[in-house]
Amino acid sequence: MEEYEIVIGLEIHAELCTESKLFCNCAYTFGASANDCTCPICLGMPGTLPVVNRRAVEFAVRAGLAMGCEITASSKFDRKNYFYPDLPKNYQISQYDIPLCQSGQVTFEFEGEPRTVALRRIHLEEDAGKSIHAEVTGDPTRSFMDFNRAGVPLLEIVSEPELHSPAEAIAYCRAVKEILEYIEVSDCNMEEGSLRCEPNLSLRPKGSKELGTRTEIKNKNSFQELIEAMEYEVRRQARILDAGEEVVQETLLFDASTGKTVAMRGKEEADDYRYFPEPDLVHVQISGEWVKEIQPTLPELPAARRERFISDYDISPENAEFLTSTRPIAEFFDEAARRSGEPTTCANWIMGDLTRLLNTAEIEIQDAKVTPAHLNELIHLIADATISGKIAKSVLDDAFETGKMPKEIVAEKGLAQITDTSEIEAIVLQVVEDNPGPAQDYRDGTKKAIGFLVGQVMRATRGKANPQLVNQILTRVLSTE
Amino acid sequence: MSLCELTAHVLHEKLKAREITAVELTESVYARIVEVEPHVKGYLTLTKELALEQANRADTGFQNGDDMPALAGIPIAIKDVICTQGVRTTCASKILETFVPPYDATVMTKLHEQGIVMLGKTNMDEFAMGSSTENSAYQITHNPWDLDAIPGGSSGGSAAVVSADTAICSLGSDTGGSIRQPAALCGVVGMKPTYGRVSRYGLVAFASSLDQIGPFTKDVTDCALILNAICGSDAMDATSVDVHVPDFTQSLINDVKGLKIGIPKEYFTEALDAEIADRVHTAIAVLESVGATVEEISLPHTEYAIATYYIIAPAEASANLARYDGVRYGYRNESPEDLIDMYKRTRSEAFGEEVKRRIMIGTFALSAGYQDAYYRKAQKARTLIKSDFDAAFEKVDVIATPTSPTPAFKIGERTADPLQMYLSDVMTTPASHAGLPGISVPCGFVESGLPVGLQLLGAPFAEEKVLRVAYTFEQNTDHHRQKPPIVTDGGVS
Ligand SMILES: [Zn+2]
Repeated sequence: MEEYEIVIGLEIHAELCTESKLFCNCAYTFGASANDCTCPICLGMPGTLPVVNRRAVEFAVRAGLAMGCEITASSKFDRKNYFYPDLPKNYQISQYDIPLCQSGQVTFEFEGEPRTVALRRIHLEEDAGKSIHAEVTGDPTRSFMDFNRAGVPLLEIVSEPELHSPAEAIAYCRAVKEILEYIEVSDCNMEEGSLRCEPNLSLRPKGSKELGTRTEIKNKNSFQELIEAMEYEVRRQARILDAGEEVVQETLLFDASTGKTVAMRGKEEADDYRYFPEPDLVHVQISGEWVKEIQPTLPELPAARRERFISDYDISPENAEFLTSTRPIAEFFDEAARRSGEPTTCANWIMGDLTRLLNTAEIEIQDAKVTPAHLNELIHLIADATISGKIAKSVLDDAFETGKMPKEIVAEKGLAQITDTSEIEAIVLQVVEDNPGPAQDYRDGTKKAIGFLVGQVMRATRGKANPQLVNQILTRVLSTE
Repeated sequence: MSLCELTAHVLHEKLKAREITAVELTESVYARIVEVEPHVKGYLTLTKELALEQANRADTGFQNGDDMPALAGIPIAIKDVICTQGVRTTCASKILETFVPPYDATVMTKLHEQGIVMLGKTNMDEFAMGSSTENSAYQITHNPWDLDAIPGGSSGGSAAVVSADTAICSLGSDTGGSIRQPAALCGVVGMKPTYGRVSRYGLVAFASSLDQIGPFTKDVTDCALILNAICGSDAMDATSVDVHVPDFTQSLINDVKGLKIGIPKEYFTEALDAEIADRVHTAIAVLESVGATVEEISLPHTEYAIATYYIIAPAEASANLARYDGVRYGYRNESPEDLIDMYKRTRSEAFGEEVKRRIMIGTFALSAGYQDAYYRKAQKARTLIKSDFDAAFEKVDVIATPTSPTPAFKIGERTADPLQMYLSDVMTTPASHAGLPGISVPCGFVESGLPVGLQLLGAPFAEEKVLRVAYTFEQNTDHHRQKPPIVTDGGVS
């Protein structure tokens, strides 16, 4: 049996989260009642015309810049002709030979190594609506149409076929998703269909330079399904090649329930899309000045930020990965670390208690009442021994609940540590008197008996005594008596 | 003279002076419609009730002494390819028989701001594809000058109703000559403004890169008034151009001294009807006699205009008409076997022969393997035709040609021969390719009594020069005052 090299390229479609659609003023909301987010333009009514949403172009430029693309100064839209009921005009306004962004690359980490994959192009096009069939309506005699999604701006990001395993392809998809989320141009919600990854996959004998015949896989709504689909397809193509047969170039649909890919349409029925320039639109002009205006609005991208966290804050690569997993987490950490000057402590709080609270409440960090200012204050209260680490946890719980500042909580609830030595000493003497057994054990050499006595002091002060002071005083009292 | 025979600018003075009311005027037009419309058949839909409401509103304004716009209370007919909110818009096609747009075309919004009275929707070739209005799915429109002749097309209804005085003015659309040619054949003024001058929003698309809305009027002054109302860039149409819109009535100057008029030799071939050639030469002589300089010019790529047009327009149309599939609106075959069958039956049953022919031509011209030889080559030819004009307008101000190579032909005469029919557009398509403004003004009659049109073309956005030459010609002739026999005989001939 021959050994094969896997060759994968990806077409990623991401819905842009602009306020209105690509060619009309409709706002699109996922889950809205069927056809509520439509107007004569996105329904393709006679005589209506498209007008390009500048914001969508700006979003595409943001994506292009974030992925190192060349921004085309004058690009154009084209009509892609095919009949399908979800396509109101029976042509899709897309970009054929002059896309908005050309070339570019995406860098990501795979198996501990940095990988860079080249992009062929990024272009803008309009999304289609969706058909509602019998499985939803229960009526097998007719289908219904929902055009809410028709005309939503879609970014199509096309990579070169440079990925060599399903796992690597997934890592690439995650990196693209992360960038799009970071630059805030797409929600990238796979389940809601706002991010769709379509791999094209072929095998070739190891060492061969020529590409094998590829198949395209459509319609996956999770990375899990995507990897299953690619793994299945690798096995299927290998079986075909092993048997000395030829892979048919076709589009496949992955059925998650059977774990198999099935042919959607073959090459013999390959559509001739009859692309031609969209006469209802003029060329999209993107001036150098405009690009210069957009460039500085781009946030620091995840890869660069990760590097900076590791080098500037001395954060471990694993923790840096976590702290840059979303832009809000990264910004929270960055600000808290800068304010407090204690990056490691901030990281521990964010990854530990704060994440626990967020998970329990099922909210995202940007929606929490706790801000970097809260965390900074909390860390300072611990540092100047106003509260203990343990009390700090309960203060954070409280702040998370109410949004009050830690100092305010400490004052209101009287949580400040007792640092008055005479006060602590009185309690220590009382505890030693009440617990002669453990006190004697300590004096007899069982040093760990002190732990019990510390516990009793802390209990008596409801945790407010400074533990270091308690220890010092107890040691002194026990050894002098 | 009945009110319906007058021009908008004369009527405006009477309305302003409160000599007449808009309601009286509207009633006069509808009385004329009752009289002659059964013979002309220019309208597909009449909206009398709505018209009288609008007339009433205009009258209130005039009575209150408000400063009323020039077109307030003026009865205007609209080609049925322009969307009118709440009023059926069929494009003379069975596929849109029941289509009532929930929106107005931008030109309608602008005309309603002027306070016009909308009379109804006029007949046309289905989806504006044709040169005789015989391709309407509903009826044949008759030329008021000869009821056995076609009115031209595709805006035949809009031309015929102005000629027959069943409208004061009308709007049409011109893709390859669909305003200018019927204007010539019906003896009225018709103008296609520069591509991008008037918003196409709400104009049902035939060929998007060529389509343009324009007026039919009884004289050049009315033409300027309608241009004033409908021109201007529109946020709803990306191809509308943001250039200054002048007051076009300022161009109505009876003086062409110092203006150079180019006569392209390629338009005066043997294919041109001898009588037409004679009337057009006479017209040019009139302009020369009042001070214009006339010189022969060459537009060498003229001969490719028709072939180029019949590739580009159908190519765009094949995509523009794809939306008529029975899924969302319009006609649908109700007993298909499956989806593909629904598409096939719906479109086979509800599109006419010429529309189907052009969809097939256009689909072919765009197909893989043929696009280079047809669509792309046509685009190159279009660029050459455009550069011919660019070069010509370096030397001359306005170009004068016949509008149509022949006068109106008989109904049915060319329906069997599409190529012969396509040649009707030979004089008008070149300017369409170049997006130029062009007007057709009446310039005489052939022996049989049918009108002849003089076409005047200008550089892009040079409507003012075109109007000035047209106005001067009109002031020095009286062809535009002639009424078809259907009018002067006081009855139907
Ligand atoms: Zn819309």
